[in-house]
Amino acid sequence: MRRRGLLSSLPAITLAAFLAPVVAGLIGTWLPAFGFFPTLGGESLTLAPWRELFAQPGLAESLRLTLISGLLATLLAFLLTVFFLAACHGGRLILAVRGLMAPLIAVPHAAVALGLAFLLAPSGWLVRLVSPWATGWDLPPDVATVQDPNALALTLALVVKEVPFLLLMTLAALEQVRAEERLAVARSLGYGPLVAWLKAVLPAVYRQIRLPLYAVLAFSLSVVDMALILAPLTPPPLAVQVLRWFNDPDLSMRFVAAAGACLQLLIVVGAIALWRLGETAVALAGRAWIAGGQRGGDGRIARAVSAGLVQGLVILAAAGLAAVALWSVTGRWRFPDALPADVSLDTWARHAPEAAAITATTLVTGLVAAGIALMLVVGCLENEQRRGLTLSNRALWLLYAPLLVPQVAFLFGTQVLAIQAGIDATWIALVWSHLLFVLPYVFLTLADPYRALDERYARTALCLGAKPNRVFWQVKLPMLLRPMLFALAVGFAVSVAQYLPTLFAGGGRFVTLTTEAVGLAAGGDRRVMGVYAFLQALLPLLAFAAALALPRPLVLTRRLEAIPA
Amino acid sequence: MIRRRLPLFSMLLAALATTLGLSGPAEGGTETRSWQEIVSAAKGQTVYWNAWGGDERINAYIAWVGDQMREEYDVTLKHVKLSDTADAVSRVLAERAAGKKEGGSVDLIWINGENFAAMKEQHLLYGPFTQALPNFRLVDVEDKPSTLVDFTVPTDGLEAPWGMAKLNFPYDSARVDETPRSIPEFLEWAEAHPGRFTYPAPPAFLGSTFLKQALIELAPDRAFLQQPVESDAQVEQFTRPLWEYLDKLHPNLWRGGETFPSGGPAQRQLLDDGEVDITISFNPAEASSAIANKLLPETVRTFVLDKGTIGNTHFVAIPFNANAAEGAMVVANFLMSPKAQAVKQNPEAWGDPTVLAMTKLTAGERHLFETLPLGVATLPPDELGPTLLEPHPSWMTRIEAEWQKRYAR
Repeated sequence: MRRRGLLSSLPAITLAAFLAPVVAGLIGTWLPAFGFFPTLGGESLTLAPWRELFAQPGLAESLRLTLISGLLATLLAFLLTVFFLAACHGGRLILAVRGLMAPLIAVPHAAVALGLAFLLAPSGWLVRLVSPWATGWDLPPDVATVQDPNALALTLALVVKEVPFLLLMTLAALEQVRAEERLAVARSLGYGPLVAWLKAVLPAVYRQIRLPLYAVLAFSLSVVDMALILAPLTPPPLAVQVLRWFNDPDLSMRFVAAAGACLQLLIVVGAIALWRLGETAVALAGRAWIAGGQRGGDGRIARAVSAGLVQGLVILAAAGLAAVALWSVTGRWRFPDALPADVSLDTWARHAPEAAAITATTLVTGLVAAGIALMLVVGCLENEQRRGLTLSNRALWLLYAPLLVPQVAFLFGTQVLAIQAGIDATWIALVWSHLLFVLPYVFLTLADPYRALDERYARTALCLGAKPNRVFWQVKLPMLLRPMLFALAVGFAVSVAQYLPTLFAGGGRFVTLTTEAVGLAAGGDRRVMGVYAFLQALLPLLAFAAALALPRPLVLTRRLEAIPA
Repeated sequence: MIRRRLPLFSMLLAALATTLGLSGPAEGGTETRSWQEIVSAAKGQTVYWNAWGGDERINAYIAWVGDQMREEYDVTLKHVKLSDTADAVSRVLAERAAGKKEGGSVDLIWINGENFAAMKEQHLLYGPFTQALPNFRLVDVEDKPSTLVDFTVPTDGLEAPWGMAKLNFPYDSARVDETPRSIPEFLEWAEAHPGRFTYPAPPAFLGSTFLKQALIELAPDRAFLQQPVESDAQVEQFTRPLWEYLDKLHPNLWRGGETFPSGGPAQRQLLDDGEVDITISFNPAEASSAIANKLLPETVRTFVLDKGTIGNTHFVAIPFNANAAEGAMVVANFLMSPKAQAVKQNPEAWGDPTVLAMTKLTAGERHLFETLPLGVATLPPDELGPTLLEPHPSWMTRIEAEWQKRYAR
């Protein structure tokens, strides 16, 4: 049966489709890092690129910025997630926050970063709101609150983006480890709510969120688009510096760039190892603490603090987006006015034709990438169920590979391959490069609901004589429509947010809302940045709204069809 | 317009590749076809114009050019927005290294200075072609010598002049009473007003140009700057006063000289927000244009330095392996037309000064320029002061690298 053959080879095809470019890209980056790159005359292995890398001015400062922002952001996001969930467990606030997390995850990093820049800069909205009546400032203070020398603005932006992701991943994990029962037992033994969660739930749930946490760590250490907006530039964090070297007109710098890209990978690997060591140390200390039997108080302070912080992050992100929207309709807005002097749609009108074309590119790329990813993932999950397989831990690591390997560490090698294959700067290269990052997220979103579907529905249909394919189309698909559309929206949002892959695979010919917004952020006009950042945030939000709204009429139609005439 | 160095090593590399037969030098052929032939060959072509995309008004102007090209010549113009012109140079170089002698991805480049010098040196350019363009005859090559000599390098018909630039300093007259009149006075001003001035980080071209202006004023003998760098000792001798100057200037800059704006537009935003009082511009009408576009306050004016400021011309060039060389020539010709030049010079659009000679235009064409508003912040031509010549590109390469070593760490 050919159909069957196709389905059972899907997992292999899927893995190849998104692992091969990563592996090949890594090889294509490591070889030049050791001087082997025949196109540029490098035909023997040498350590020269590394020596040159370490002789680059400002490298130590770049590394310092990378490590501060990456480690600090991950640690803060993790602690905040844990303490918030522990202190507020079962509360109404968690439900409310949970509803807000999906849209926050959907908003691309660059839009969040621009929003924060509009808010926090010395001439930003926050200072404008309190000046000059409270501060006495008629001119912005000469203090670096963004692009600050310790990359704290970047760290904050990362925390804003990563807490929602970690919260959702942890909430999903809580259901798997039967947190309620653990808590009930601990509470009945007299433990306070916070301590009960930390002692009885956290050790079990941590195992589940380890991989997402590593992905957060890897991402934070190698982020480029947010760093371009919020981190200092002379010198910038390592990932941005590596990108600059790749773009240097002096082609010999490609060797240094390749070595830098490998260093970026080593830093991520080292940071994950360091984190793992930290885990062991905390586990040792924690075991003694758990055995110590302290019951803890009612956790009121932890609840107030963590709830306040999480709400603060949500408000910060929302206010940033509001600033973006406001700037897009601003005519003139001088410091220190709290609000624009005049509001107009001029900027929108002027940019409508170009913005429409860029939005169309973004939309098509996102839908195609998410659509392909959804088909592959559904195929893999269906194959898994029909053949009674389950995903091993190792396979899960494979799935996370594109999220754990820094983008700059392999995209260069991938680009060289694309040029050799003649697909450089084509739609194929663009969609494929997005697929690498879309696929894992679609899988992570859909796997649980797909596996959780009560298998008795399918079995009943099979017993009634339906073929597996018919069962899939007529039973499973309608029941799983909502999670599938949700996974599609997640995939779409991931695609919209891609900066480096678009840059590398698009070869400058494909402009998406993200590359445009980040490009404009180098200076330019806040009103125009506002237009593109707003569209960039709007598109994924609309996708989520559609994913939530669409199933209702669809399901309704099906029910009506089912009624015999 | 944005430029970056293209150092020796890559040139050696390319030369090596050439001798190894990996790639041949471009067949540098003079364009001999008639204009009619070129125009008809251009029909239906798509021209990928790689041009710095950091300024919204310039992007809008390029989009307008695209509309005109479609209507008048059936040529589709695509603006590939660069953050740095060197990216396009690097792409063409990479394409030749890969043996791609035709069908290249870049058709037209906005260029000047050392990027042009490097491409010319490497035979990466198409042409000479400017003699084939009818509008080239209108260019003011007599009184604007930089339309034929780009940063001391003769253009030899390999790039078509597009616009003129002259260094000037927009400032907010509501906050500044007395403006500096020389580079040394800039230091005095900055010491009296700490934190109120900055310049973009090189290799952003405005930052590099500020450094070159300082180099010219501070160097022991500026005549040598017109020649290529001779030796490390010479560089050391000529640039020492520059570094001593910057060491004193930086602590008095915005953010204490710890960080710098990324480019001209970022710096303009700082002036508008009131974070600095003086900025740098390469376009005498930019401030007026920005006021008209509500990007700067009405109180902004411009000043120049007593002993003159650096001026140059920016061009468009065609890579040797352009996929649509004919289309690119039609665009280049249109860019030099009185109509396109007049729209470009209008401060309400872009405000970039024309390369054309008014004496070579018809009365009707002259009228297009005479009716243009000067703009509230623009100095009239007789107050723009003397024009200083750009140093040889090798000087800029050296001071940019040294700047990175000293201040970007």
